[in-house]
Amino acid sequence: MSVLIFVEVAEGQIKKSSWEAISYGAQVAEKIGGKATALVVGPAEASALEQAGALGAHQVWHASQSELAQPMSLPYSQVVLEAVKKTGAEVVVAAKSSLADATLARVAGALKAGIVGNVTSLPDLTQGFTVTRSIFTGKAFAEVKITSAVKVITLKKNTVEPVLGTNSAVIERFEVVLSPESQVGKITETVKATGTVSLPEADIVVSGGRGMKGPDQWQPLLDLADALGAATACSKPVSDADWRPHHEHVGQTGVKVAPNLYIACGISGAIQHLAGVNSSKVLVVINKDPEAPFFKAADYGIVGDVFDILPKLTAAAKSL
Amino acid sequence: MKILVCISNVPDTTSKISFTENDTQFNKAGIQFIIGPYDDYALARAVELRDQHSGHVTVLNVGTAETEPQIRKALAIGADEAVRIDAEPTDSLFVAEQIAAYASDKSFDLILMGRETTDYNSGVVHGLVGEILGVPSFSPVMQLTLAGQEATLMKEIEGGKEYIQAPLPLVLGCQEPIAEWKIPNMRGIMAARTKPLHVIAPVGDTATTTLKYQLPPEKGACKMIPAEEAETLITLLRTEAKVL
Repeated sequence: MSVLIFVEVAEGQIKKSSWEAISYGAQVAEKIGGKATALVVGPAEASALEQAGALGAHQVWHASQSELAQPMSLPYSQVVLEAVKKTGAEVVVAAKSSLADATLARVAGALKAGIVGNVTSLPDLTQGFTVTRSIFTGKAFAEVKITSAVKVITLKKNTVEPVLGTNSAVIERFEVVLSPESQVGKITETVKATGTVSLPEADIVVSGGRGMKGPDQWQPLLDLADALGAATACSKPVSDADWRPHHEHVGQTGVKVAPNLYIACGISGAIQHLAGVNSSKVLVVINKDPEAPFFKAADYGIVGDVFDILPKLTAAAKSL
Repeated sequence: MKILVCISNVPDTTSKISFTENDTQFNKAGIQFIIGPYDDYALARAVELRDQHSGHVTVLNVGTAETEPQIRKALAIGADEAVRIDAEPTDSLFVAEQIAAYASDKSFDLILMGRETTDYNSGVVHGLVGEILGVPSFSPVMQLTLAGQEATLMKEIEGGKEYIQAPLPLVLGCQEPIAEWKIPNMRGIMAARTKPLHVIAPVGDTATTTLKYQLPPEKGACKMIPAEEAETLITLLRTEAKVL
């Protein structure tokens, strides 16, 4: 029984969430007495490929043909499927993301495999192959037994602590003849906010709600985010009003974040917003309304005017 | 133009989640069920495209008889007919197989659904359906326009968006702001009563079994810091919470 890990890259480096996937996959391989192959798809530096070995993969396959330069689930799923067939893998693992979901969904469809997302535990092999997963947008967990021959899993963030060891794995190039069907869909334009921290991967997030009063009042929040090296986010009403870009919207129908620290400025804490932030390790709420429901979910709270408080926090952060 | 919209039946987003039967069943008592919020976006866009390009919208749900109020609501919003696959939507592969089995001989130009359901957040049914049917799939799609058999989509990517052109047929996972949610009006509700709702049997087997549910551990009390001492928060986040 072997494990195949689908590894995502960004700017030639392995994404932090994929570090966790490699670590997880290596631990699963150890449990089932098999080997773990890290399949890195997209352009990656040699040092990144070596890291995959150091994180526990027994072998590293790098799929870097030009058609894979821009992440698209159709060709990516073909590459993963070929790798599954070549390794005979019975467990396929990736960190949960829109790309991993779209890619592994097609892999699971081709293999008629049970696919379980947001997994938060290593598999329990004492009763078949059972994993714990987060459900209801973080409000509950389920223990799920996967009964198909191949098991496909996407991992929730912060499920394993990746450790860089000293082993080095064999690194090989992996090339696939891509079918014409896999190349349907032409990217005509990519619009990316540059120089900002990616929200789903961010360790620290500073988020603003209607309490920030307006789109031209965001500077104090941006200053704090800058001082902390944080990504910026917002609530749904703020995104709907076009005060902030849509990709900053955190909530039930927006981005789900899982940072170590989430600082909410002028957000009341409706359940829909909570659904997007309940995986945060530490939640800080700043609101002038002491009755704001968000305080019930918070670890730390400050009642007061965000425009008084944010500059104080920024100054303190800078002198850390 | 033939569009299939797949909808889920889920607890409304403010529901308090709990379990019964020794934590093996979801506790439905007092829960208000709704059409999945992301599916609502898909349905709204489908109805707009149907009105613009002239065609037919079929809405499909995998569920037991209790989902019929939500299916009727989808008909009231503007779908032309509905299908309910009579089974519990136990896992993503099982649900996808039902959709694919229904769609396989019907030549839909578009199969739309929400990017994920708000109960299991899996976000894979569109990809599974696409693969099983041999049709390209994309998600999450924030904008969709058609020019004949050519679609232009705006897909969300990390930190931005991507414009993609692809020919029909397509399977798409939808999210805001692809369309505004539609609220059924009185006329729609009346018309929905007589629109066809077919119930058909499921095919195949489930691929997973849920053994048990759990609630997350209770959260501790919030530590309040006076506004005049706001900067002490930063120290606490470093020394106590150890997140800075």
